This record gives sequence, structure tokens and C-alpha cells, in this order.
Amino acid sequence: MSIRERLSGNEAVSVAMRQINPDVFPAFPITPSTEIPQYFSSYVANGLVDTVFIPVESEHSSMSAAIGAEASGARSMTATSSCGLAYMWEELYVAASDRLPVALALVNRALSGPININCDHSDVMGARDAGWIQVFAENNQEAYDNFVQAYRIAEHPSVRLPIMICQDGFITSHAVENIELLEDEKVKAFVGEYDPEHYLLKKDEPMAIGPYGTPAFYMEAKRAQLEGLKNAKQVTLDVAKEFAEISGRSYGLFEEYQTADADYIMVVIGAAAGTAKDAADQLREKGIKAGVLKIRLFRPFPAEEIVAAIKHAKVIACMDRTESYNGNAGPLGAEIKAALFDAGETVKVLNYVYGLGGRDVTVDSLTSVFEDMQKVAQSGVVGETYRYLSVRE
Amino acid sequence: MSKAVEIRWHGRGGQGAKTASLLLADVTFNTGKYIQGFPEYGPERMGAPITAYNRISDTPIRVHSNIYEPDYVVVVDETLLEAVDVTKGLKKEGAIVVNTARAKEEILPLLKGYEGGVYTIDARKVSMAALGKYFPNSPMLAAIVKVSGIMPEETFLKEMEASFKHKFASKPEVVAGNMKALTMALEEVK
Repeated sequence: MSIRERLSGNEAVSVAMRQINPDVFPAFPITPSTEIPQYFSSYVANGLVDTVFIPVESEHSSMSAAIGAEASGARSMTATSSCGLAYMWEELYVAASDRLPVALALVNRALSGPININCDHSDVMGARDAGWIQVFAENNQEAYDNFVQAYRIAEHPSVRLPIMICQDGFITSHAVENIELLEDEKVKAFVGEYDPEHYLLKKDEPMAIGPYGTPAFYMEAKRAQLEGLKNAKQVTLDVAKEFAEISGRSYGLFEEYQTADADYIMVVIGAAAGTAKDAADQLREKGIKAGVLKIRLFRPFPAEEIVAAIKHAKVIACMDRTESYNGNAGPLGAEIKAALFDAGETVKVLNYVYGLGGRDVTVDSLTSVFEDMQKVAQSGVVGETYRYLSVRE
Repeated sequence: MSKAVEIRWHGRGGQGAKTASLLLADVTFNTGKYIQGFPEYGPERMGAPITAYNRISDTPIRVHSNIYEPDYVVVVDETLLEAVDVTKGLKKEGAIVVNTARAKEEILPLLKGYEGGVYTIDARKVSMAALGKYFPNSPMLAAIVKVSGIMPEETFLKEMEASFKHKFASKPEVVAGNMKALTMALEEVK
């Protein structure tokens, strides 16, 4: 029987970490993820885990230490947000290119400046090309469930890549909500022991990790890395299927909410998806066929699968919680439009920047996006495709 | 669709409005509800106005936004009545609870013509009498439970005693004082 609890998103992820009991946890605190290493350090102090907890002096070092531990054959994890992720930058690429399945709890927060501690996705979207698997959550339950599934995806022999499990800063991380936890034994049995085939401290197999890649080999290494990332898609589905058996909760590459017959589909990432579902329900009561597609897996990007789920719509709105300063599209908008183009689909797509730096996202504000989609469908005029939501001009 | 009871808390940084909202989430969770308790963070500093929120529902809650049309408002620090528009969006079928030693008639002119229920409680008096120190949390929690009627008083007291016993396991002497603050507050709110 699952355990009925009420926890914040940070508490929920910390519980998953305790249940996994990793070998190594290097940590440097930053709002709003600080509570995660804080809770975890109390588990260490109280003997609930036998993890080596390493307080370091920066995020560059926390990721470096996680990489070192993972390379030597130890399961390692850490947590961060915003500028902390930015400070890990070069190390993110090292973890991925060395094929080290580190797990990172990322609590999304705006990057400076102006300095801001609240949620947006500028941190994670900046890191989207670093070669990590990126998984997103709508609420505390999904943040917990995703973290329980993280190592099964990352450590899979056909993948072997680091994974970041994302949740929205404050909106999810600091909101106490109902949650169903799994028993410790169930999680331990599901995640299993880490038994890598190759690692630095294996005495009978001397090896180097992270040596210089000459032009004669560098491209092949990157190409092989892509293959691992692409494999993560099927592995994510396989792991989700097994997870459903122990939890009763089903996950895919994305969630389709009322999309099957929808004329207007909003594609969205994170906590705003729940708000979008309420907006869609209200519109459906008025006979307007609204639907929501919530991204779970952003890297690798399930382009073909998403196209199949949304191409029948009259208008699609892609919601980007970050600005990518190309003047045409946000990261999600660009991915969706590229995917539709490659599939030969010509459905109209609007792309909204919303919720930057914690700007509140409400049922009303998302309803206005669905209304904009209807206007486009009725008039046939798209107008400006790259738009800002809830901003004072 | 979730038809949640929505509550907005106004306090000042350091007074525990956030903690009070989390306590309310806890106690309503214990009675089987779906709950949300969350703070809205501005620049964090002692004494700055802060807002915290609760949603309480019989069905799962999906919305993740602040609350703009609450059923109830709790004002933990009465100096906020002049600094913040505390009744903004407050439903007239709902109510506001203000922590003050002043009479209700003195508070009314500060509420911008709010037509719903207005309740006051002297949380300082209650807290000093029950705990010997000023912690407005427990009295304000009891006051909103009484005003909103979200659970029977007996259930509330029973759940809170269990939660205090758990929370103060290492200093059980604190439990009686906190329980006294709750029972006094249930009587004192008017």
C-alpha cells in the first residue's frame, strides 16, 4: 500500500534520495533547491543513509565531485538551481561526454539579471544542449516519481548519460501538497544496486576517463553520445511501464490531456500544465475543444510522437518559460515548429513567453491564450507568432 | 474541476504567516482533504509584507497560481491594514479575520467597504496568556478554522494535539501551552 503524505516538492525529492541511498552526494546550497541537501544532510546525520556527503565550496565543485565519484564507480547525485547550474556549465558537458549517469535534482529558477529567486526555465533551457537527459514535473508527485525512475534510465547500458529531474522553483518546490509515497523497500528494489561494467577503480581493467579527443576521434565520440541519448526515449518508456506496476501511476514521454479531439492544443512544461488543464476543462464546458500536451521528456526530444499527438489541431500554442533571444521562438516553440515542418504539417503555431522570474500564471491568463488560438482559427490571420503573456508593454 | 476553499494570509516576514498556512494544510490534510499550502516570496527580510496561501478541497487540486479571489483572508499583523489592500478580491460571502486588540468598529473603516464577515482576535493577549510569549500562529490558525468552519472544533483540537505531540516530542511541556492557545482562541474570536 502506498503512503499518503503531504510534502513540498523539495521534501518529496529528498525522500526519493533517501530511499535510493546513493554512494556520494556533493552539495552546495542555492535557493530554491537548498532544502534538498539540507534534508539529505539530516538523513546522513541521523544514519538513515550511508552516503558520503561532501559539502563543497561551489557548484562547479559539486558537479566535479559527482563526476569524480561516478567515474570511480559510485552512484552520485546533487541538487541545484539557476546560477548554480550555470556555474556547473563546463562540468555538465564533462559528465555527459564521459557517459556518467549522475542524477541532478534541478529546481528551476530564473537566471540573473535582474537578480530573481523565482521560477522560470532559463536555467534548464540554457543547459539543453549539454547532453543530459531532461525530465520535467508538474507537481511534487511527479518530481518524486521521476526521481525514483531517474537512475533506471540514466544507468541503462544502452544510455549511460546523466539525467536532470526538474521541478518548478517555489511553485512546486515550496508548495505543500498531497502525495503518495512508495515504501522504502519497493523503491530500493526498483532502483537496484549500481553495478557499472567499466569504472576507474576497477583494478583488473586499467582505463582512462576524459582523455584528449583528437580530431580523428572527437566526432565519433559525440556521435556515439547522441546514440545513447536517443536510446533514452525507449528506456524512459520501459522504465515507466515497470514503475506503473509498483505505483499504479502511468508516465509517458509526455501527457496528453483532452488532446485527441482538440481544436486548440497548448504545449506546456512544468507546474503551469495543471493550471492549463483547469483552463481547458472550463473551455470544454462552453463547448470549446481545448487540450493540453505536457512535456515530460525534453531531452531527448520526442519530436515524432508529439507531432502525431498534436497535428490535427487547428491552432497550437507553445508555452516557453524562458526567453532565448533569437527574436522568433523560444526553445520549446522552435522544437515543435521544427518537428511539424519535418513531418510536412502546416498547422498554425503561436509561441508565448510566459511566467519569467515567477510572473504568476493563472487559469485566466492561460484561458486568454486559448482565446487567442480561437481568434486565429476564426480569422485565418496568425499575426505576430512570437508573443509575450501577462506583460506590461 | 476542483472547487477549493481558498485562503490568503497576510503577515510580515518573521511572524510565521507561512508556517501558519502550512499548519492549516497539515491539519486539513489529516482530515482527508486535498490541500495546498504555499508562500509567495518577495525580497525576503524580517518585517516585509509577505503572503501565503491555502487551497482545501475534496478533489485533487491542479491549479498552481496565487489566489486572487479568496474565500477568506487572515491578517496576522494589523499594521498591514493600511499598507496592503487585504480585502482585494475577497468574496463577500466569505470573511476576514484580523489580529488586533481594537474593537471591530475601529477596524471596519480600514477595510474599504468590505461587505462580508469581519472577525477580530487579540492573538497577542491569547499567546501571552497561554505561552508567555508572542507567537500569533496558533491563535490565528484556530481563528480561521472557527470562522471558516472547514472542520469541527473537536476534530481540529484532536488533530492539533497529535501534531504538537509529534512536533514537540523533545519538549512535551510546550504542548499544553499551545493547546491552551488554540482553545482560548476558539473562544476569543469575535
